[in-house]
Amino acid sequence: MPDDIPPAAPATGSTPSAGAPSGAAASTAPAAPSAPAALELRDISKAFGQVIALRSGTLRLESGSIHALIGENGAGKSTLVKIIAGLYQRDAGEFLLGGESVDFRSTAESKAAGIAVIYQEPTLFPDLSVTENIFMGRQPLKGLRRIDRAAMREQALGLFQRLGVRIHPDRPARGLSIADQQIIEIAKAISLDARVLVMDEPTAALSGVEVDRLFAVARALRDEGRALLFISHRFDEVFALCDTVTVMRDGAYIATQPIAETDTAKLVRQMVGRDVAELFPKQEAVIGDELLRVEGLTSPLFADVDLSVRSGEIVGLAGLVGAGRSEVVRAVFGVDRYDSGTVTVEGRALAPHDPTAAMRAGLALVPEDRRAQGLVLGTTVARNLTMAIRSKLTKAGILTRAAENQAARVWASRLEVKSSALDAEVGTFSGGNQQKVVLAKWLATNPKVLIVDEPTRGIDVGTKSEVHRLLSELAGQGLGILMISSELPEVLGMADRVIVMREGRVTAELSRADANPESVMSAATGAGAAA
Amino acid sequence: MSTTASAAGSTGETRAYRDYGRPLWRRVLLSREAAVIALLILVWIVGYTQVPHFAAPITLTFLLQDMAPVLLIALPMTLIIITGEIDLSVASVMGLSSALIGILTQQGWAFGAAFLVALIVGLVAGLVNGVLVTVVGLPSLAVTIGTLALYRGIAQGLLGSKAITDFPSEWTSLATGNIPGTPLPIVTVLIVVLALVFGLLLHFTPFGRGVYAIGLSADAAAFSGVRITRTKIILFALAGLVSAVAGAYYTLRFGSARGDNATGLELSVVAAVLLGGVSIFGGRGALPGVLAGALLIGAIASALRLAGITSDVINVVTGVLLVLSVVIAGLLGKLRFRRLRIVKS
Repeated sequence: MPDDIPPAAPATGSTPSAGAPSGAAASTAPAAPSAPAALELRDISKAFGQVIALRSGTLRLESGSIHALIGENGAGKSTLVKIIAGLYQRDAGEFLLGGESVDFRSTAESKAAGIAVIYQEPTLFPDLSVTENIFMGRQPLKGLRRIDRAAMREQALGLFQRLGVRIHPDRPARGLSIADQQIIEIAKAISLDARVLVMDEPTAALSGVEVDRLFAVARALRDEGRALLFISHRFDEVFALCDTVTVMRDGAYIATQPIAETDTAKLVRQMVGRDVAELFPKQEAVIGDELLRVEGLTSPLFADVDLSVRSGEIVGLAGLVGAGRSEVVRAVFGVDRYDSGTVTVEGRALAPHDPTAAMRAGLALVPEDRRAQGLVLGTTVARNLTMAIRSKLTKAGILTRAAENQAARVWASRLEVKSSALDAEVGTFSGGNQQKVVLAKWLATNPKVLIVDEPTRGIDVGTKSEVHRLLSELAGQGLGILMISSELPEVLGMADRVIVMREGRVTAELSRADANPESVMSAATGAGAAA
Repeated sequence: MSTTASAAGSTGETRAYRDYGRPLWRRVLLSREAAVIALLILVWIVGYTQVPHFAAPITLTFLLQDMAPVLLIALPMTLIIITGEIDLSVASVMGLSSALIGILTQQGWAFGAAFLVALIVGLVAGLVNGVLVTVVGLPSLAVTIGTLALYRGIAQGLLGSKAITDFPSEWTSLATGNIPGTPLPIVTVLIVVLALVFGLLLHFTPFGRGVYAIGLSADAAAFSGVRITRTKIILFALAGLVSAVAGAYYTLRFGSARGDNATGLELSVVAAVLLGGVSIFGGRGALPGVLAGALLIGAIASALRLAGITSDVINVVTGVLLVLSVVIAGLLGKLRFRRLRIVKS
C-alpha cells in the first residue's frame, strides 16, 4: 500500500526548526559574540556520500564553563566532536577558535591549537609508565638530547597534584582502570595547556566514585578558565556538572540553554520532538503463537535478559548505543557465546554458539554492521544472496553457478535490488541497496523469526520506507520480527511492543499504547530514576 | 528510488538480471589465471623452438616427476591460502612420512602397511596444525613455522643421518614408471584425480563457497553460518594427508628414505600457489591458475637447465617472477580500488 506513505515522509530532511517543539523556541539561541568564545561552530555540515551526518552543527563554548551536548544516537554529536578534533573536515560552516577561523586537517593540528579530546576508552601505551605516556613525543630533554627523567617525573607529579589524584608516576599504564586512563589523558591535555577539553561520554564505563572524582577534576579545570564540552546520555550527570546545555537532533542544532532554565522533560522533548506517528506504515497483523523465547540470558555484556517474539509481531528493542542490544541478539543467533540462560524457538531449545543450528531452527539475523557482518564484500551479489542457502541449492552435493544465479535472480527481483548483472560486486552498491541484499539473503532462508539490527541505519529515506513496509508485510505473513533500532521514531512507528535495555539489562517492556518518546527515553537513560 | 517498489511476497514482474556484467572474452582473458596460462604456453613455445632437447618427451616426464610433490601439495595449500591462512610445515610432513616409511620397512613391515601409518601420521600432523590455529587461536604462520621445525626434528630423530634405500621394485616402479605408451609418469593419474577432487571441492560445493567467504570476511562468514573452525581444521588435515602421500612418492622416486627429504619444498609450493593468482591475503584465486603456476615454475626451470644455465640463476629467475606476479597483482588491485572509490564519491 504505497499510498500510505505521507508526502511528509522525508520529515528528517526538513529544517530543524520545522519539527522543533515549543521548547526550542523559548530557548536562547547562541548570542552574537561580544567577547570571542573559546570555541564556536556555526552551521557546520558534513556528509558521507549520500548520508548527511551533520546538517547544521552549532555550538558555542565559553571559557570557564562546562557545556553539555546531548542528543539521540545519530543526532550528529560524534561527527561534531570529530570535526572539532580534526579527524573529519567540515563541508561548510564556520569554525572559530578564540574568535579566529581555523581549518584543521589533522588531529595534530587541533591538538597544537589547544584542543584536547578525551574519548570513552583512551588508548595508552600499556607497557610504558604513566609519566612516559603523558610526555610521549615531547619529553623534557637535558644535554646531548637525553631524556630528563627526573624533570619529567617531577612534572607528572605536579600535574597529578593539580588534578588532586593519586597515581604513581612510575607505574605502567597496563592495568589502570578506565577512569585512571582518562585522568592520564586529561593530565596530558593540561600539560599541553589545552584551552578546550572535549569529553566524549567519559562516564559510560565509570563507577559512581570514579564519576565523582572525574567531576571534581572537571570543575577544577573550569575554575582555571578552560572551556569544557561534556557529552553524555545521562541527564543526572548533565544537571550535576554542566552550566549550559546544547541539544542536537537529526544532525542539526536545536537549542542552547542555561542548565538552570531547563529540566529533564524539556530536554527529552527537544531530543525526540518530531511528528512520528505517520512516518512508518505499520499494518495490523494477527498476533499468533510464541516463536522465540529468551530467558535469563547472561554474559559479561548483559544480564538476565528475558524477551519473546510472537508470530506476526514486531518487537522493538530500544536503548542507547552500548546498552547491550546487539550483543544479546548475537548471542541468541549463536555468533557469540553466553554464560547462562536459554533460547527456545517454537518450544525447542536451541544449542548455544551455533549459527547453523539457529538458521535451521528458523532464525535469521540481519546484523548491525552490514559491510563487515552482513555482506561478504569482494564477492558478487549472487554469491551474497545465496550465501545462507547455499547448501540447499546443491544437486548431489554439487553447487553450480547456474543454480546460484537462478535463486539470486528470484530474490534480487523480489526486493528490487538495483544491479544490472548478478556478478556485480556488492561493495560497489549504495548502503540502501546493500541492505536490500542482506535482507534478501536472509528472507531466502524462509525464516520464522527475523532479527534485524539497525535495519535502516545509513540508508536513504526512500529505501528506508521500503524496508519498513517490507518488515510490516512480513509480520503480516506471520513472521516474528525482533527489531533493534536506535531511532525512536522507527521503534515507536513499527513496534507492537517495545523492550528497552540500559547497561546490559532490560529496564522496561512497553505495549504499543504505553510506548512514547518520554517513556522509552526514560527507561533507556535512567532519567526517570534521576528526576 | 521508486517509492512504489513492491516488497517480498508481491507479484511484481521479475526484473532482468544478466548473469554477467562483462562479455565472456573479457572475463576469461583479463583474469589472472589466463595470464599465467598464457605465460606457460609462451615459455613452452620458446622452450620447444629455442632450447635443445626441450621438445624431447623425456623432458615432460622429468618435469612432471620433479613437480609432482609441488603439484599435489599446492592443491590443499590453495584452499588454505584462500581462507587467509598458510601451512609451512608441509615439506616437514613429507620428511616425516619418508622417515616413517624408511624405519618401518627396515623393521620388516610391508611397504603398504608402512605407507598407511605414514598417511595417518600426516593426517594427525595436519590436525595438530588446524587445532592450534583454530581452537587455540594462534596465527598459522607462527604455528606452522613451529611445526615445520618440530616435524622435521622428529623425522631426523627417527632416522638420524641414515638413508634407507631398499624398497620393493613393484612400489618404486609406480613412482618412476610411465603410463604405458605415453611420456606421462604414473603419478600424473594421482595428480589429475586429486586436482579434480579439490577443484570440485573449491569451486562446486557449499564448502568451497565457505572457504572463499572466510578469506574475504571471516565475520560475515560467521554471521552466515559458515563453520570456520571446522573448515580450517579439515583443510589443514587434508594438507597433512596429501603431504604424507607426496613424501611417500618422493621416497619411492629417489629410492631413498631420509629425514631431510624435501627440505625447503614448502616455499616452492607457496610460490606456485601465489604465482597461480591466489591472493596471499585470502579470498581470491582459482585452482586452474595454481596448476598452471606450478607447471610454469617447472617449465622455466627445466628450459633453463637444458640451456645449460646454473641452478642459482634458475632460482633467481623463479624468484623474480614470483615477486613480479605479486607486485603486479597488488598494483592492479590498487588501481581497481581507486576506480571504485572514484565511482562512489
